[in-house]
Amino acid sequence: MYPFLISLQSEFFKTRKTLAFLSAILLPLLLILLISSGFYIKAEKMAPYPPIMQWIHFTGAFLGVMGSLLLPMLIIFQTYSINNIEHGAGMWKSLFSLPLPKWSIYSSKWVYSVLLTALCLLLFVVFALAAGQIMSLLKPELRFDEYNFAGLLFRIHFKMFLASLGILSIQFLLSLIWDDFLKPMGIGFLLLIFGVICINLKWEYAYAIPYSQPLLALMNIMDKTKPFEMLTREVYISLGISLITFVAGYYIISKRSIK
Amino acid sequence: MNSQAIIETHELSYHFARQQVLDKVSLSVPKGSIYGFLGPNGAGKTTTIKLLLNLLYSSERNIFLFGKDLQKSRIEILRKTGSLIEQPAIYPHLSGRENLLNRAMLLQINKSRVAEMLQLVDLQENQHKSAGNYSLGMKQRLGIALALLPDPELLILDEPTNGLDPNGIIEVRELLQKLTSEQGKTVFISSHLLAEVEKMATDVGIINRGKLLFQGGIQKLQSIKSSYVSIQVSDIIAAANTLLVNGYEADIIDETIQLPFSSREQMGNINNLLVNSGHTVYSLSQTKQDLEKLFLSITKN
Repeated sequence: MYPFLISLQSEFFKTRKTLAFLSAILLPLLLILLISSGFYIKAEKMAPYPPIMQWIHFTGAFLGVMGSLLLPMLIIFQTYSINNIEHGAGMWKSLFSLPLPKWSIYSSKWVYSVLLTALCLLLFVVFALAAGQIMSLLKPELRFDEYNFAGLLFRIHFKMFLASLGILSIQFLLSLIWDDFLKPMGIGFLLLIFGVICINLKWEYAYAIPYSQPLLALMNIMDKTKPFEMLTREVYISLGISLITFVAGYYIISKRSIK
Repeated sequence: MNSQAIIETHELSYHFARQQVLDKVSLSVPKGSIYGFLGPNGAGKTTTIKLLLNLLYSSERNIFLFGKDLQKSRIEILRKTGSLIEQPAIYPHLSGRENLLNRAMLLQINKSRVAEMLQLVDLQENQHKSAGNYSLGMKQRLGIALALLPDPELLILDEPTNGLDPNGIIEVRELLQKLTSEQGKTVFISSHLLAEVEKMATDVGIINRGKLLFQGGIQKLQSIKSSYVSIQVSDIIAAANTLLVNGYEADIIDETIQLPFSSREQMGNINNLLVNSGHTVYSLSQTKQDLEKLFLSITKN
């Protein structure tokens, strides 16, 4: 376990000044800042709505694109960036010639990708809640402070996080195998479009496509006819695909020559 | 198995797709030696090194380091090995110091060793500069520092003097000699430069097209390797005929007359003979064999 932890610590040390890490902070920060500015300027339009509806309007502004585009694209970018640090500098050979188990090098990178996605989603929740409170102080017609939206917002993001693990593992493996940006990015983008099309066509097996799962998870939450359920079938399948891809990835890496 | 051999391979073969890269290479690197692994570009040196470090996948169990099977004892072996493969692998967005700190973190080495390494490779002044902005020589020195950081018993270095200036080459050579003579370490160093290997190696392995052509002590190599006399004259054909008539094994290669070197007196005699026969001698010099000619000598022997 210790080699895994020091490998994980090294991942943070290597990426802490790069966009791979900073994007997990900057994306939620900038996006919430921009949306908050819009709500702050047009606060009077929100005044007639009850606090819960104000929250739904505010968070819906980014949640809508989160499942279909923002989260998958962020994952594609982050998994690429984390692996590209090694590809770019020809570091794989150096890393694999160290007295560290191959599984610790591989799994620490994967876990770091998962943690970055989790951090990014957590920051979306934290920044959105903080922005709501600050706006309520500055503009009395915005009554975000009158309704506690934290629990639901956290659960929505957590469900999307679980539903995105399938994409994460696939993109992680593609970025690990290929040292260029276009292949993992191109394949990821293509599958993402395919996933969205399948949902739009209401294909009955869309839940089995990893790239559809975050959006499907979000749509299930938004469906007012159903109660909130965390472990829906797209989430189960996302976790299953993630596990299978993770194990298959390790098998490929352990048998693969480092060029 | 040779108990004194730090590296030992038994008929090591490897191929990329259908191309045979290594063909039954049996290395034996003695403990405490500087083993020069010599061969032209594309001979199979880097492939051999990558196999020694378990970077290339091979299901065969014919690589032994420190007397242990690499497949079985990978981590134990790598714990005692420092390496530099091809271009130095460094993170360009991190400073030289951060590159060493990251490696120290992974190998659980005290941070004080980082400062020692920076001093050793003369990178103290540039330690906070991004490694991506280093010159090739500085990158190479940082690569050597990374290899030496864990104080390994065995150093495997792939063309470590690439990009270094003459002073840098001398410093690396002296450092490696010091590591073997004073600290009993073993150095396996690959190069395509015969003269460089001759200056520091105690043992030599010569590889060409995936085959190990020669292996042994440096003295054994010197006995195989011969020099020749190279002559430039006004009338090359007439001068060569004069030498042949007088019993010299003269040959015309690339607008020069070449014949085997035996002694300095022989060179004086040749000069007198040519001048007395009315030839104008532009130059007369002793030339050591290059790698290509050495391969021919070895193959002939």
